[in-house]
Formats: sequence, structure tokens, C-alpha cells
Amino acid sequence: MTRLFILLAGLVAALFVASLVVGPAQIGVAQSLRALVAGGEGPVTLVMREIRLPRAVLALLIGGSLGLAGAAMQGYLRNPLADPGLIGVSGSAALGAVLAIQTGFAAGFAFGLPLAALAGALAGVLLVLVLAGPGGSSLTLILAGIAISALAAACTALVLNLSPNPFAANEIVFWMMGSLADRSMVHVWIALPLIVLGALMLATLARGLDALTLGEDAAEAMGIGLRRMRLTLIFGTAAVVGASTAVAGAIGFVGLVVPHLLRPFVGAQPGRLLWASALGGAAMLLAADIAVRMILPDRDLKLGVVTALIGAPLFLHLIYRTRREGL
Amino acid sequence: MTLLRLTGFGVTLGKRDILRGIDLKVREGELVGIIGPNGAGKTSLMRAALGLTQRIGQSSVAALSPRARGRAVAWMPQSREIAWPVTVEPLVMLGRTPHLGAGQRPSAADLAAVDRAMQRMDLDAFRGRTATRLSGGEQARVLIARALAQETPLMMADEPIAGLDPAHQLATMQSFADLAQEGHSVIVSLHDLGLAARHCTRLIVLDQGGVAADGPPLEVLTADLVRRVFGIRAYLEMTPDGLVFQPLEVVA
Amino acid sequence: MVALCPVAAIADAPQRVVSMNLCTDQLAMLLADEGQLISVSRIAADPRSSAMVAQASLYPANSGLAEEVFLMQPDLVLAGSFTARASVNMLERLGIRVIKFKPAYGLGEVRDRIIEMGAALGHPERAEVMAANFDARLAHYLREVTLRPRAALYYANGYTSGDKTLAGQILAAAGFENIAAEAGFDGGGVIPLEVLAMAGPDTVITSRPYPATSRSEEVMGHPVIEALRGARPEAALTDSDWVCGTPFVLQAIADMTALREEVLRP
Repeated sequence: MTRLFILLAGLVAALFVASLVVGPAQIGVAQSLRALVAGGEGPVTLVMREIRLPRAVLALLIGGSLGLAGAAMQGYLRNPLADPGLIGVSGSAALGAVLAIQTGFAAGFAFGLPLAALAGALAGVLLVLVLAGPGGSSLTLILAGIAISALAAACTALVLNLSPNPFAANEIVFWMMGSLADRSMVHVWIALPLIVLGALMLATLARGLDALTLGEDAAEAMGIGLRRMRLTLIFGTAAVVGASTAVAGAIGFVGLVVPHLLRPFVGAQPGRLLWASALGGAAMLLAADIAVRMILPDRDLKLGVVTALIGAPLFLHLIYRTRREGL
Repeated sequence: MTLLRLTGFGVTLGKRDILRGIDLKVREGELVGIIGPNGAGKTSLMRAALGLTQRIGQSSVAALSPRARGRAVAWMPQSREIAWPVTVEPLVMLGRTPHLGAGQRPSAADLAAVDRAMQRMDLDAFRGRTATRLSGGEQARVLIARALAQETPLMMADEPIAGLDPAHQLATMQSFADLAQEGHSVIVSLHDLGLAARHCTRLIVLDQGGVAADGPPLEVLTADLVRRVFGIRAYLEMTPDGLVFQPLEVVA
Repeated sequence: MVALCPVAAIADAPQRVVSMNLCTDQLAMLLADEGQLISVSRIAADPRSSAMVAQASLYPANSGLAEEVFLMQPDLVLAGSFTARASVNMLERLGIRVIKFKPAYGLGEVRDRIIEMGAALGHPERAEVMAANFDARLAHYLREVTLRPRAALYYANGYTSGDKTLAGQILAAAGFENIAAEAGFDGGGVIPLEVLAMAGPDTVITSRPYPATSRSEEVMGHPVIEALRGARPEAALTDSDWVCGTPFVLQAIADMTALREEVLRP
């Protein structure tokens, strides 16, 4: 397992550096890295520290968050189809964020935006667990996801449409598809506390998720507190997905693809899959963000488009397999 | 030493009483079979005794803290769920969960316990195999090994031999009997009265919301009780091969 | 192109003119007789877009819907070339004369629009006077300058305007050099924030954000933009004077000239 850890950590580090040196401004690799670390006068430092660094940091934090949340939800629900985007948690978080922005709550109070997104995500997670909690079949889970996503998207579109600001109506694309373009260190600071808090909460689930492999009864009899696990999962996921969506819009499929790809390498153990998915998710989003800047740099290709192009075919494959094996 | 004590114990489901007024004690070295017709409440009794569902009265095990309970009783539910395609060794290692602190890695003692459990259930060759790809009988052995690895004085199993072929049924019951011989106790719920009669040291019959009989198989399985509780007539005889019980026909 | 008949215009000056476009609203209000213009668009009363809010409030407002306009029984409708095509086509089908005005893509075209509006309303001499006035005042600004500080225009969604736009030419007339040209923009387009930063402009001019926030406008407040603007945020904003090709662009040029002096001050 240490080998996997080293490999994934190395991949993340390499992609992080790559993300720092890719961009529309033609700056040499050496020059850009020097400006980032050493500082100094001139526009290169400004570009590196205020444009590229926040972008790379956010890709790492958000990708890690989404991978972790996906693995945690899959472990708890004992269902490989759970993903914060697919089951409507990202959509509800986006609704919370949009409401905060449009009502001015976000402007009034620095952490208002991620907290409002957290509230939205909380509502989303709770609804999923109520509609399709452990014991619910894959079918119920997907249906719950469709319902929650649809409701959240409709409300978001409504709020944006009613805004007096002429640009707001067109922003639905950002909120539904996600983007890290033009983010600043301010966004990093407002997202960081909730992401760290949520990630720590989710990390504590490792042992419980492993025990749940034997089912709820057996796990509870071995001393795992199921109610506490459920609360930790709810709040941890809401915090992590809420903060991520608040600054980058709803990005889907990371929580689906990454645990699925890495599960064979951790022996299918849900506890190990948590940290592996966090690293894998960071790598995936960093790679997607680099791709967005290298393919079609002139068009503003949204991050969610790339993750969806990777994730949707996998989702189809998983559905097909579910049908065949009758999960 | 008493491993389980139920006093004035009852199980409710919503407003309905499933069982009431149960008083019993299980000591070391017993293999207790809980038998009764469908719907008598065998599963409910065991789960409630563990503290997993609503109950009234006292249960010595349910009163323990979750962690202490995990070290006192190993519970094998009926569903035999294995949610992910993990390999056998980590699955058996899950039995050590109550002994591991938060974030603690398994120690040499834990590894030794897992080895012992796997050896006992003849699983050494299966260490690296994916548990979900094994046959029903093999999976049952793996799950028993998990419970053994927990190294608790008491083990409770809900219909552990349902759906297994005769060889595996006999082998499993024999393992439980061996455990009882060694000073542990095992409580199992069973439908197969023949196996219950042959291997259990004590039978508890549940019927009509209470305990209909409690004692050694030969004393419990009278023709009268068998007719009253199960609605059948059966052949019961002590033979050189042990107690034989064979249901014969349904009676009114 | 504009459809008009110079000789007939004076005799048949339209008596009930409805304007459906912000720029035609303002030009019409400047050139029309009392009572000739009977309605202007709603946006003419919006202070963020219109330079003639007080005057516009004296006219009944229209929302540019064909049915609404038709019921006013105009004999001439003034629209922009980008005004909702369906509404314009509907009015033409209903037999109403519609004159479509292109936006002014440069300072030179402001004069053209004034003349065209004068012809449409039947006041060609009045328009000529206004245009001559405009030319004289513009010439004052177009004197050669030696020192051209570098500026960038940056709007919501990262949009910028090059030298072939009205905004770009306002900037040039005020004595700035527009970095959009270096970055390869003639007209308008999205400029990546990095490219803008690397161009190192002396100041960045953004638009005033609309009420209720939007994410598109957030980028105008990015730390990089604030760093590039230095300590002059309030002066470097576009407003209603920039939007249309009217004589009000001269005020915009005056504002920018003042900004230039501030930038050049050590």
C-alpha cells in the first residue's frame, strides 16, 4: 500500500507543478517557478501567485474533496454508484451558493458563501439518505439523485433568471458545469476551512466503513456507532462538497470515477479507498484543469465538461454491469 | 461464569409484543440452539439481547458499552453480507475491530488471532482469494473465521447453516461444538431440528411470545412439544451415533 | 444601410416617432422637435446605461414589444440593427416604417449617426450643426500626445475592446495606448487575465458592476486587477457616456484625459 501512496502522491505533485506552468501567457517553466517561489517585481510574479497558484491549489483541494466524499458515500451506502454530483449534493450546494450571492448574504459576510453552500449540500445529503439510505437499492439511489438534481437545478435556474443583474441568467452554465478560471487566493481562503474540517471528519470514517463490509448489524455489534457515522458522513460530505461548489460550481463524476478506478488497487477495502480517492481525485481534477487550458484554450471549456466526458461513459458501463449482475 | 443473562426480557416491534417475560442464563461451555416455528421471534430475540433493537427488561450484554460488547460477543447475522470484493485475510481481520484503537494498525497479537481463526476453519489456502468469489460454504467458513478472530467468550449466530450442503452443515456445527468444549459458548438459531438435536447441549424453544421449553435436547423434544409447537410428528432416538431426530409427518 | 429619401424628408417629417433602442433614444431626444418623439425604450431611464435619464423620464417608456409599439400608432420607428429581429420584422409586416441604425464602431461614425438621425427625423440642418460642434470639440482632444500610458479595458467575463471599437477609440483619443492591440484584439473579445497581467498596463478600466452580484462581474474585482489599477479604482470606470455613439462620448474622453493625467503624475 505504501507503493500506491507514493505513486499517487508523486502523480499529484507532478500534476500540481504542471498546472502551475500551463497557461495562456507564454512564460517559460524556469522563469515561472522562480517567480512563484522567489517573488520579485513584475507581472510574472503577479500571474504566478495570484492567478496560477490559486487555480492549482483549488484543483488539488476540490479534486481531493470530491474523491474523498465519493469514496465515503460509496462505502457507507455500500453502492459503487454514489457520487456527490450524480446524487444531487453538488446541485443543492450550488443552489445554496446562488441564493447567498443573489440575496447579498455572500457579500455581507466573508464565509457566507461557503456556509450557504454547506447548508444546501446538507439538505441534499439528508434527502439522499432519507430517500435511499443503506438498504436502498441502486435503483432507488439513482432515482433519488435524479429527483434532487432536477429540483436543485430548477430552483437555481429560477433564482438566476429572476436576478436584476443581466449577467446572472447566463451563469447557470458555470454553476452546473464548474470552472476554476480566474479564481483568486480569496477563494482559496474562504474554501479552505470547511474543506479541511470536512476532510478530517470523513477520514475518521475509515474503520467504520471497513466494518460495514459485513453489513450494519455485524458492524454495530462490533462496536461501530452507526448513528455517529451517519452524522459524520452527512456533515463531512456537506462541508467538503459545499465549500468546493461555492468556489468552483458543481463538478461531477470525480467521486464516481476515482474510487472505481482505485478500488482494485486497495483490495476493495473502503477505509484505504478514502485516502487513495482523495489523492486520485486531486490528480484527476488537476489533469482535467490542465486539459481545459491546453485543448481549446481560446474557448472557455468548462471543467465539468471534461470530467463528464470521462465519467459519463463509465457511469453507463456501471449501470450496464448492475443490470447484468443485478446489484 | 455467566456469559448472557436475560431478566424480565421482552422484544417489541412498534406497539406489538413479540416476546415477553423471558428469563434465562447462558454459562460457559454451552452450545445453545434456539428453535421455533417461523415468526416465533428467534432473530428478534438475539438482536434484542445484543441491544440492536427495542427491548424491555435487562440484558447483560446490551448493557455493555459498544466496545466492551464487541469484546464480549461475536455476532453473525443471517444476511451473511460481504459488500465489497475484499480478500479473505482482511475480511477475517475485521473481527479484530473491537480490539483496535482509533487509527491503530493491527499488532502481532491481532495477526496471530487471525492466523488461528483461519487455521481452525481450514482457510490457509484461501488467504489471498477474493471472498465474494468463493462458494456459499467457503464464504460461511470465512465469516465464522471472522467471528472466531474476535476471540470473544460468547458467539451468537443467526441461521449460520441455512443453504449449506450437508458436509458444511455438519462441519460448522462441529466447530461450534468444539468451541463449547473449549469453554466458549455459542448460541445459534436453527430450523434443522435434526442437527440441533445432535450437536446442541441445550435447546430453547420459542413459541407464542415466550419460552416453551429450555433444557437438553432429549428432555425438550418430547412428542407432545413437537406436536404442539411445530405441528409435526417426529422420530427421536438415542443411537450409538448420537441423538437422531427426524420429522415424519405433519399433524393437525 | 439606412433607407431615406433626402428631398422628401423635410416635407414629410414624421410626427409620431417611437424609438426602441438606447442609442436611437438618445440621438432622437437630442434632435427631435417638441412632441415629435412619443416614446423611448425603458432602458433610457436606467442611469447605468443612459446619459439622458432626466429627459427620458419625460417620455412614456416602451419595452420594445411589437404589439405595444404598434398600438402607439407611430409613423416612424427607430431601432438598432441588433434590436430583436422578430419584433422589428413584425412591425414592418404591419406596415410601419422602421429605420435601423447600426452601432457606432468608432469616433468617426458618431458624426455619421448624428447626420442619419437628423435625416430620419426631418431636421438635417440641426444635425449638421450638432455634428460640426462635435467635430470641433473632438479635434481638441485629438491633438498629438507624446506620452501614451498603457491602458486596458476589462469588462465582465474578461471581455476587452480593441482599437476598432468605440470604447477603444475613446481611450485612444484621451491619449492612452490600448494593450488589446498587442494582444491581437481589433474588435471585442475575451482576454485571459494572465495575458492582461503580462502586458503590464499602467491602469485598467472596468465597467461599473450591476446591482445584485453576478459571478461574471467578479473577475473585475480580482486581486490582479486591483494590483494593476494601483490606487485609482474610482476614476477608472466606464459609464453611460461610453455606451452609445452620441456627443456624450466627449465626456467620456474628458474623464479619460483626467485619468491619464493622474496616471502620468509621478
